[in-house]
Formats: sequence, C-alpha cells, structure tokens
Amino acid sequence: MLRLVVRRLLQLIPTLLGLSVLLFVWVRLLPGGPAAALLGERATAADKAQIERALGLDQPLWVQYGRFLERLGRLDLGTSTQTGQPVWDEFTRAFPATVELGVTAILMAVAVGIPLGYFAARRRGSWLDVSAVSGSLLGICIPVFFLAYLLKALFAVQLGWFPAFGRQTTGLDATEVTGFYVLDGILTGEFDASWDAVQHLVLPAMALASIPLAIIVRMTRASVLEVLGEDYVRTAESKGLKQSVVRGRHVLRNALLPVVTAIGLLTGGLLSGAVLTESVFAFGGIGSFIKTAIDQRDYPVLVGFIMFIALAYVIINLLVDLAYSLIDPRVRVH
Amino acid sequence: MRRTRSRVVTAIAATLAVGLITSGCASERDDDGGGEGGDTFVFGAPGDPGSLDPALASDGETFRVTRQAFEALIEHEPGGSELVGGLAESWESNEAGTEWTFNLREGVTFHDGEKLTAEAVCANYDYWFNWTGTYQNKAISYYWQTVFGGFAKNESKDTAEPNYKGCAAQDELTAVISVNEASANLPGGFSLQALAIHSPKAIAEYKKESATGEGDALTYPKYSQEAGTVAGTGPFKIAEWDKGNQEVTLERFDDYWGEEKAGVEKLVFRTISEENARRQALEAGNIDGYDLVAPSDVEGLKDKGFQVPVRGVFNIFYLGMSQGANEALEKKEVRQAITHAIDRDNLVNTQLPEGGVVATQFMPDTVDGFSEGVATYDFSTDKAKDLLADAGESKLSVDFCYPTEVTRPYMPAPADMFELMKADLEKAGITVNPKPMKWAPDYLDATENGSCALHMLGWTGDFNDGYNFIGTWFSGFDAQWGFREDAVFDAVKAAESEPDVAQRVELYKKANEAIMEYVPGVPISSSPPSIAFSDKVNPPEVSPLTQENFAEVSFK
Repeated sequence: MLRLVVRRLLQLIPTLLGLSVLLFVWVRLLPGGPAAALLGERATAADKAQIERALGLDQPLWVQYGRFLERLGRLDLGTSTQTGQPVWDEFTRAFPATVELGVTAILMAVAVGIPLGYFAARRRGSWLDVSAVSGSLLGICIPVFFLAYLLKALFAVQLGWFPAFGRQTTGLDATEVTGFYVLDGILTGEFDASWDAVQHLVLPAMALASIPLAIIVRMTRASVLEVLGEDYVRTAESKGLKQSVVRGRHVLRNALLPVVTAIGLLTGGLLSGAVLTESVFAFGGIGSFIKTAIDQRDYPVLVGFIMFIALAYVIINLLVDLAYSLIDPRVRVH
Repeated sequence: MRRTRSRVVTAIAATLAVGLITSGCASERDDDGGGEGGDTFVFGAPGDPGSLDPALASDGETFRVTRQAFEALIEHEPGGSELVGGLAESWESNEAGTEWTFNLREGVTFHDGEKLTAEAVCANYDYWFNWTGTYQNKAISYYWQTVFGGFAKNESKDTAEPNYKGCAAQDELTAVISVNEASANLPGGFSLQALAIHSPKAIAEYKKESATGEGDALTYPKYSQEAGTVAGTGPFKIAEWDKGNQEVTLERFDDYWGEEKAGVEKLVFRTISEENARRQALEAGNIDGYDLVAPSDVEGLKDKGFQVPVRGVFNIFYLGMSQGANEALEKKEVRQAITHAIDRDNLVNTQLPEGGVVATQFMPDTVDGFSEGVATYDFSTDKAKDLLADAGESKLSVDFCYPTEVTRPYMPAPADMFELMKADLEKAGITVNPKPMKWAPDYLDATENGSCALHMLGWTGDFNDGYNFIGTWFSGFDAQWGFREDAVFDAVKAAESEPDVAQRVELYKKANEAIMEYVPGVPISSSPPSIAFSDKVNPPEVSPLTQENFAEVSFK
C-alpha cells in the first residue's frame, strides 16, 4: 500500500507540470487581460500597457512560463493581480472555509443519503421509496444557486433560524487558530463560536449537498437492490444468519463499493458547486475567490488554484482507492 | 479492543455535541453585531476594499471604507456636490491658478495622537510626489497621476511630466501647494479621498515599506493590508481588516475634531458581492444597510418598511458610437438619426430608479458647466428614418456591444437597457447585431479600442468639475469615439487651461454645446444608485457622489 501511495504521488509531478502548461496557455488565451479589470472604465490604452509591463505580460509566453516555474520551485505561486497579495496567502485564507463547507456538505449527503437509499431499496415501492426517488430527482434538477436563494428566503429571511450569509456573526470576537471555525471554537474552548460557525454552515452546506445527496440516494438504492438479489445474500439468509448481520456484512458492505467511488468523485466536484454557493452566501472561500479571479483575469490565482484543485482531486481519489480495501477485503490495491 | 475504541469515540462525540449545544444556548460572548441592535452598524458592501491607504486606490469600495477614517483638505457638502472646507477651513488660489493656499482647522488630531499642521499636509504631498518604483505604476497611483501628472523623478517615459511643484508650510496652519500650470483638476482634486491627509508619523512608517513589482506582480505594502499603521483624522479609526470574513471594522474616534462624534461605536463593512444576497441579508436583519440596490427591489424594500433614500445624480450613462468601427457613423445625419431613434424617456422610466433623469449632454445637471443651450434630439422614429434616408443609409446595419454579468451605478440592468434600445433602433429600420460580452476585460477592452460600433458606458464623477466628465472623452482623439473634430477638442481644452473657475464654467457650457452639435454619441441618463437601510437606523445623508459619512448613522 505504501508503494502505491508513493507511486501515485510521484505520478503527480508530470501530471501537474503538464497541467500547468495547459493552464498557463489557456488563461492567457482568454480575451483581455488583468489591466482593464484593475482600472475599469478609467483605463486608457497607455495605462493598460504600463500595467501589463509591470505584470510581465509583455514578455514572450515562454519567458513568463519560465518565471512561473522558477517561482514554483521556490514554492511561490506568485501574486494575485486583484489583491496584490501572495496567491499562497489568499489560498490559505480561503481554503479552510471551502474545506469546512465541503466536508460538512459531503457528511450531510452521506449521513442522509446512504440510510435513505438503503431503506428505500429495502422497502421498494413504499412511500419512503417513492419519496426518496422523486426527492432525489428534484435534488439533481434544481440548480444549486436557486436552491441556495430558496433556502435563504425561507430559513434566514422568513423564519430567521439561520444567518443569511458569512461564516461568523459580525462582531463575534472569536479566536482564530486554524481557520476552521468549528474546530477553532473547540480548540479554544469558545464553544459558542463553534456553534455560531455551525449555524452559518447549515444553509450553504444544505445547498451544496443537494446534488451529491441525490446521487448518493439513487446509487445506494440501485446498488442495494442489486445486491439484495445476489445468491450469497439468499444463502446467508437461508443459513439463518441474523438480519442485522446479513444487512450490515453482506448487503451494505457490498452495495457501498460503487457508492464510495461516487463519493470520491462528488467530493472533488463539490469545489465547482462551491463557486456558486459561496457567492450566494458570501462565504469567502476558494469558490468565490476563483469566480472573481476569472472575472479579473487574475492569472496567478487561476493557475495556482486550479492546480491545487487538481492535486486535491488526485489525492481524494487515492484515498477512495485505499478505502476500497478497507470496505472490501477482496479488493487488493496494487 | 474494538468495543472500547467505539465507546471512546462515542463519548468524545457526545461531549462535543453537548458542549456545542449548551454553549450555543447560553453564549457568554458579546454579540453586538449583525444588524440586531447593539452599537455596531453593519453595512453590506458590494466589493472588498483593495487597500487601507486610499492613496494607493482608485476604486469606490476602498474609498467607502477609508472615507470614514481619512479626510481631505476639501470635501463635498453633505448630500451635494459643491466643494466645502474639509481639513482646510478655507482655501484660495492665486490668479494664475498655480498656488493654492489652505487655511487649516485648529485642534485636529490624527488617530495616532499627532496634530494636523501645515507641515503634516506637506509631508503627505511631498511623499506622494517622491514615490518611486512600483508606486509610479498607474494601478497604484492613479489619482495622483490624474491630478498632478508624474513624480519628482519619473521612471518611465509613459509617465506624464509632473504638474506638482511643491508644498510649503507658511505657518503652522497655512499650507501652500504650488503647481506648474493651472489645471481643471484643481481645486476638485484636493477633495479626492486618494489625496486625503495621513498622520506624518504614519507616513514615516509607510516609507519603511514599499510596494513591490518583481517584473510580474504588483504587491501592495503590508501596512496597507492590515490595520494598525494607517492613521487619518476621520470620525472612525480602522480597527481590523478580517480578510477571511471580508469585514473591515472601524471604531469611533473619541478625539474627533468635529462637533458631532460618530453615532455608533463600531462600523463594519461586510462584503456581500451578490445583489440578491445583500437584499436577503438586510431582510434577515443580518446587516443594517447596503448599496447598489437593484431598481426592481426598491419598491419591495419600501413596502417592507426599509428606508431607500434617493441620492442626487452625479453620473452619466451614454450610448457610445465608435466611428472607426463603422464608416456610416462618420456621417452626422446617421449619428443624429440614432439619437432621435432612442426613446430615452422610456428607458429612464422603466429601467432606472427614482431620481433618474434623461440626459441632454455628457454631464449631469449637478456639475457646474451644464448648459441649458445644447442642441436637443427628441424621440422621433420618423425623423430618424428621414435622416438615415438623407444620409443614404436606409439599410444601416451596426454591431451593438453590451456587457453581461455586471451592473454599474449608472447602468443597473445593461441587458434590459440594450433590448429596449435595440427595439427602438429596429423601429427606425436599423439592423442591430447584438454583441454580448463579459464586462471585464472583454467589454472594456473592446469599447476602449474602438471595435464596438455602438456600446453602452458611463462615468461617475470624482469631483465637481466639468473636465472630470467631458475632458475624459473629448479633449483629443480617443479610439472609443474614433473621431477628430477640432471644434470639439479645442472647446474642451480651452476650458481645461482656464484658471478662473467662473470663466471655466462658462467655457464648459460652450464645450457642451459644441459636443452636442457634433453629437458623437447619445447621452442617455443620469441616475442615482440606490442605497437601502433598516428601519431601525437613522441613515446618513445620502450623497450624489456616493460619499456617505457613516458617522451620521445612529440607531433609533
């Protein structure tokens, strides 16, 4: 297993280098540049030329790429053109928000989706099954940003149960340790700050979880139905094993294999959903930062962030592969 | 072993859950924010500030924050656009407009305890004038370069020659700023937030750092990115910039020189970039006010009891014509026909918030130099058709660019405004080829380089001087318009170099008349961007220049 991990991590190097070339060229092929975005309506041609020179954008592409690689060698992702601050600083500031939101969303989706899909399959044709299937269809169909506005209108504006935006109540003087607010409150003993962060997480996480939840419900249901018809399940039942053992050890464990694969992919995909959710909830994570970076043609941020997302995607999938062997001992990872 | 581990995990989880729930139910923390009373006013801003030093900025979101903490020598009257005393009680210039004398207020203290003196004023101006390196980039020193040209030692041939000559402290409270030539940017430029006065002690700290540009980046100095060093004289001092939460917190400055101290103890600017999200945050009671209300939300907010005061107008929205992109536009009859074809009353009535007015020229009527005598072009589809026929362009076809995914203070709904104009032009027999583009940089680049035959743009004034509007476009050749008309250029330049303000105003009127006689584009409207407040607060007097003073805010 260790060899697999090392091999996968080594494979990352050429992958990321190739990706960096593609990204580097792609962002510069986008029409316009950061100069116009910096000064807006006020930018003259001379102003833009001056700013482009300062940003090194008047240099040949290979020179720019060489500088990028040279910086990367020093673990420096460059400087954001929109904020004038190192990309790494921006990244570390925004990263915890997105991870906290993403993890909460995927936990919500898993915690609700797997039991719901399982029981829907077990009680096929019941009202629970029909509700789960039609509800999940709705979850896939409703655009995330629309759901986000609906959730806010109902639970924040009308009922006032949850805050409408942000990660923390304004004026709450919480101590920041890791940037993960729920965790920080626990570490510092400021449990009210943790609770406040949890309240701020609920609505955006619900919005972000909607699609993964729907997919997990449908996949779990389909997978459980398939496994329930397998010979080994009938055998287990006929030899008098307890129902809880049959369900837990034979049905669920086998049915979860494709679901775990999907969860891995969905977790990576949450980042794209976070772009909209974070904007709607002014959540201040990577998603909303990337959205602004695209609008502002912030090349260093785009290249740096997307490379990181790719890295995260690969690592998540590696973890999924490792999880396989834990769930199903028949699977041997090589 | 396995059972023991699961018990431990269960116990930890239960402890955490109970801890979270009980602490949530009985919080001991001061939670005085979020628009739920207390003495913290939370305002939803559409964007993050870029810097806590206004001298390094050129955007409204930075100035909205810094304006509460920094004051300039001259300010605009509350709720209006006339220049009034700021840190200078009064000012005057010599006849040539090259020496500006400022009589400073007594007893003004900076946030760091320093006193306002003439030497402090000169320390600021001399500091900016002596900027080197990356500070000379227009992305950082836009307003200095706009008002005063270049620097003591220009480092690029693209940088204009400096017009700033020097600053002298005539006595403790009299500062004299000299320029080489009279400029239409003065005295208005002295009111710019970018030229607000900092404590000399803070300036000394600023000098220890520098903006850097390593050939591929512009990095702002650290002092401008965190509270602690910057110090002005305003009614609030900057306490914290929490970038993670996109919040800037300001605290009341108890030693403020004005008779009225700030009405709230804390002022928080919270960035909420989405228009709907800002509205929902106000409706949910999480913020106490926000700016750039969508015109379609105004009535709904009023019905729910929110306050939506109407600002005066200080902007212009126009339909630009790039003659270089379509030869037909070189014909005056064609430009007149397009102007006649557009129903501007309908646009204002259906698309703009209360307070919006039809524009007759390229500046709003709140700017000195607005002329009542310009040529006007009433809405008439028939007249438009006749003019096109006279020009031999009955089958005119034009590209019409418009921006997507953006709202501007002067242009709240670009796509809808485009559709109305397109329909009007088509009624006059003009074939319109829609060219939707992303605002930045695609649209801005295309309009700036003159590749959009028709396009929609606008301008919000920085200060009350006509040159800030018409000088921006019509003082010389500009690819956006693509014409060379000396009658227009000379009229604008004549006003620019006139040192006497009263005479300059008259020259602006003549320039406006020359411009509208040539009709290079269609001035469409001036409209105030809407701002909303909770019914629980006494809002500040709203400003046509969007320069609200939040010290005037208090809770009812």
